[in-house]
Amino acid sequence: MSGERMLEVRDLTVAYHSDRGPVIAVDHVDLDLSQREFLAIVGESGCGKSTLLYAISQLLSPPAEVLGGEVVFRGTNMVSLDEGKLRSIRWRHLSVVMQSAMNALNPVLTVAAQMRDVCRAHSSMSDTEIEARSTEVLRLVSIDPVHLHSYPHQLSGGMRQRAMIAMALLFTPDLVIMDEPTSALDVVAQRSLMVQVKQLQEKLGFAVIFVTHDVSLVRHFSDRLMVMYAGQLVELGATRSVFEQPLHPYTRGLLEAFPSIHGPKVPLLGIPGAPPDLARPPVGCRFAPRCPSAAARCLAAVPQLLTVDESRVRCVLHERVPAEVSG
Amino acid sequence: MATPSLAVEPASPFRVSGVVGNLLRATSRNRKAMAGTVLLLLFLVLAVFPGQIAPDDPSAEIFMPGLGPSAHHLLGTTAYGQDIFSQLIWGTRLSIIIAFAAGGLATALAVLIGVSAAYLGGIADGILSLITDVILVIPIFPLVIVIAAYRKNAGLFTLIVVLGALGWSYGARQLRSQTLSMRTRDFLESARVRGERKLYVILFEIMPTMTSLIVASFLGAALYAVLTAAGLQFIGLGDPNSQSWGTMLYWAENNEALGAGMPLWAIAPGVCVALLGAAFALLNYAFDEISNPALRPSRRRRREELPE
Amino acid sequence: MRFVVRRIGFFVVTLWAAMTTNFLIPRLMPGNAAIAMMSRYRGRLNPNSLHAIEIAFGVNNHQSLLSAYFTYLGNIARGRFGVSLTFFPDAVMHDVLQALPWTLALVGVTTILAFALGTLVGLVSAWRRGGMLDSVLPPIFVITSAFPYFWLALLSIWLFSIKLGWLPTSGGYNVTDTISWSWTFVGDALEHSILPAVTILVTSIGGWILTMRNNMISVLAEDYVRMARAKGLSPWRVMWTYAGRNAILPNLTGFAMSLGFVVSGAILVEYVFNYPGVGWMFLQSVENQDYALMQGLFFMIIIAVLTAILAADAATAILDPRTRDVR
Repeated sequence: MSGERMLEVRDLTVAYHSDRGPVIAVDHVDLDLSQREFLAIVGESGCGKSTLLYAISQLLSPPAEVLGGEVVFRGTNMVSLDEGKLRSIRWRHLSVVMQSAMNALNPVLTVAAQMRDVCRAHSSMSDTEIEARSTEVLRLVSIDPVHLHSYPHQLSGGMRQRAMIAMALLFTPDLVIMDEPTSALDVVAQRSLMVQVKQLQEKLGFAVIFVTHDVSLVRHFSDRLMVMYAGQLVELGATRSVFEQPLHPYTRGLLEAFPSIHGPKVPLLGIPGAPPDLARPPVGCRFAPRCPSAAARCLAAVPQLLTVDESRVRCVLHERVPAEVSG
Repeated sequence: MATPSLAVEPASPFRVSGVVGNLLRATSRNRKAMAGTVLLLLFLVLAVFPGQIAPDDPSAEIFMPGLGPSAHHLLGTTAYGQDIFSQLIWGTRLSIIIAFAAGGLATALAVLIGVSAAYLGGIADGILSLITDVILVIPIFPLVIVIAAYRKNAGLFTLIVVLGALGWSYGARQLRSQTLSMRTRDFLESARVRGERKLYVILFEIMPTMTSLIVASFLGAALYAVLTAAGLQFIGLGDPNSQSWGTMLYWAENNEALGAGMPLWAIAPGVCVALLGAAFALLNYAFDEISNPALRPSRRRRREELPE
Repeated sequence: MRFVVRRIGFFVVTLWAAMTTNFLIPRLMPGNAAIAMMSRYRGRLNPNSLHAIEIAFGVNNHQSLLSAYFTYLGNIARGRFGVSLTFFPDAVMHDVLQALPWTLALVGVTTILAFALGTLVGLVSAWRRGGMLDSVLPPIFVITSAFPYFWLALLSIWLFSIKLGWLPTSGGYNVTDTISWSWTFVGDALEHSILPAVTILVTSIGGWILTMRNNMISVLAEDYVRMARAKGLSPWRVMWTYAGRNAILPNLTGFAMSLGFVVSGAILVEYVFNYPGVGWMFLQSVENQDYALMQGLFFMIIIAVLTAILAADAATAILDPRTRDVR
């Protein structure tokens, strides 16, 4: 399952320029991804996870800007590439599935036309070959190929989302980035979409970065889980470990907010308070004001990212010996 | 991530000053808005105090006709011996009155019909929308000409009433679609649940949030009123004895001002109409930018220092 | 199909509303001006035509309002507007049809040109936000779009005809020429149409540029444009088919609403230049209190406007598949 490092993100920092000064949406984030790996990124709205995704795929537009760091994909740092060179990577090796297919698909073109656009942009396939491939990917996601000639508004929400996924697989890329692809769907459709994505991943062998605010959704599908808060990485580890033994107080709060249908009845605990204003970030740990285990030194400085067994966590609670520091 | 449109926050009667305050602040920061406001204020001052700047009676035909610009007559005189500069200054009043009165009337009607259509829904909406669309499509200018033709000419009152009664359709459409998009917003639901009467909901919940759209509507209506009125007066359908820029142009044209060596007689009033129109247009455009931040001029981005 | 039928229905309703208004106005105005007009016809017209005019203007009416109304509608349907006083004894329709080609040539061509050019410039200037086009043009055009048509016309006559003597001051053609398809005539007509055309173009293009630019900016922020970038499509393709084609749609709808300005501008420009089109004739008829001709011309103006709107609607239906499926 693990292989050579496909994606290495180091120290990535992204800011939005606003009237009140730069808002740091992604703060010195590190990330590693191996081939065929399924990484889930979770966090609440505004924590920077979507911005991180767009930064990785070089899709940011003003007023957002990458301030520093690198994104090394298959050995090349994409941050320094110009649009022309990026284009040769796009879709063939790295594709994107967005949150709302209704907004992500061009409303005036048929599904077939949009697929044709992509194929023509990156290959010299003939029209017949393109049609054959389009039919093939639609079948992969269980959509009747007759819908090649439909317009986006003529498909149901679930179908649109699956059509987007099909489009993302046209060139069987190495990495598919998905930004909350299930948010616009009902619970049943969500589940079935996840199953389908996992099946496709196992069959075609691509890596996935999956962003969501619903952590219970990815529990049985992702290999590793990354938790973000206020633009920072706060916990990263194997999904199972994170669920069974959450290290960071925020992760704990997050998991406890999603009750299990099967388990014993527990009182629903939210996390009181609100995330900090990223235009004026606090000096210390960003979660400290809401943390049940906060201490005085949490407010003094941002905790370093520590390694605990196979996981990383940004919390002083896990400081053992001063020598154990990274990031 | 799509840009959110018209950022709206629920308003209560206590927050109206906040809305106005925001508007004022936003206006002062936008260059176009400032330019438009300055122009408009200039004309307003001229309209209210014309005598301070040009004490001569504009219609008095007491000077030598056809004079060029000089110290006595800043813009020269007309073929009838009137001072062009005085006429220009005094003519401001009529144009301002038309702009605000006709524009105001049209906007009031637009708000009434547009918001009601959206709020009432159903058949009422269907009928009102149809009427709006029909009036929108029928070209106003020829229609006003027809009306004026039967009356021999259109005095101030006629102009205001007709322009106001026919110019509301565009604004009504805008307001209707804005209201429709707000129908499902939560704060309206809560007002309904509280049992507030429909009128209350319309006046105190919906209207304050539509302020910027209403202002934009007014600016557009005022612009259209100024231009249409000037056009009507120019072709002789206004009251030829009144003092306004349009009638100045009418008399200038009738006397071949351009060819007969009195070009300023024709050019000056036109410049004024253009400037007043430009004031409204600039403010309108600035309003678009204020309510939709994505349209603002993109600033040059400097590499920011990392705050650490 | 449904869509087209609805629009044609609207066409008919609006036409009916306009002509009914035309029927009612003379009757509602104090002091029936039509009576004065009638006396000028006396003794010069056969009884049938006289009667038709009486019905149209409510003079000497022994019929009930309702039956007069229906007779009036019937007459209009057959193109019978009576006889013109200005061009006695021509039938109104005859004069109207003579003036029509001049206006179609001048106003029709320039409007389409202004729309096409304006949309293009708006599209490109939004695409290159912050570029030279974008910073310089919009403020300029905001101001020029507020210029009264006729003033610009006067100015251009003064500058180019009187002062510089480059172009003729008025008319559609040299009065000494005979109207024919000969080169001299056509060339002469073109020369006479340059100033009026440029006036209309300059004044109306501003609006198109601005609205297209604003539309384009909104569209460029949409997800499907970002998606198109993510797919690595060529910038050309993104600009045209993904952004442009969606951005132009509101402009087409707005075309209908702007026609009011176009018509008023056309009337004034023709008046100033003595250009023998529908607008000029319309004002002639008003000056001469030739109400029969006025009505015929008004009718023609409405038909022209509604036809243009239908054309814009058809274009929208072709470009936007969503309209074809609406209700």
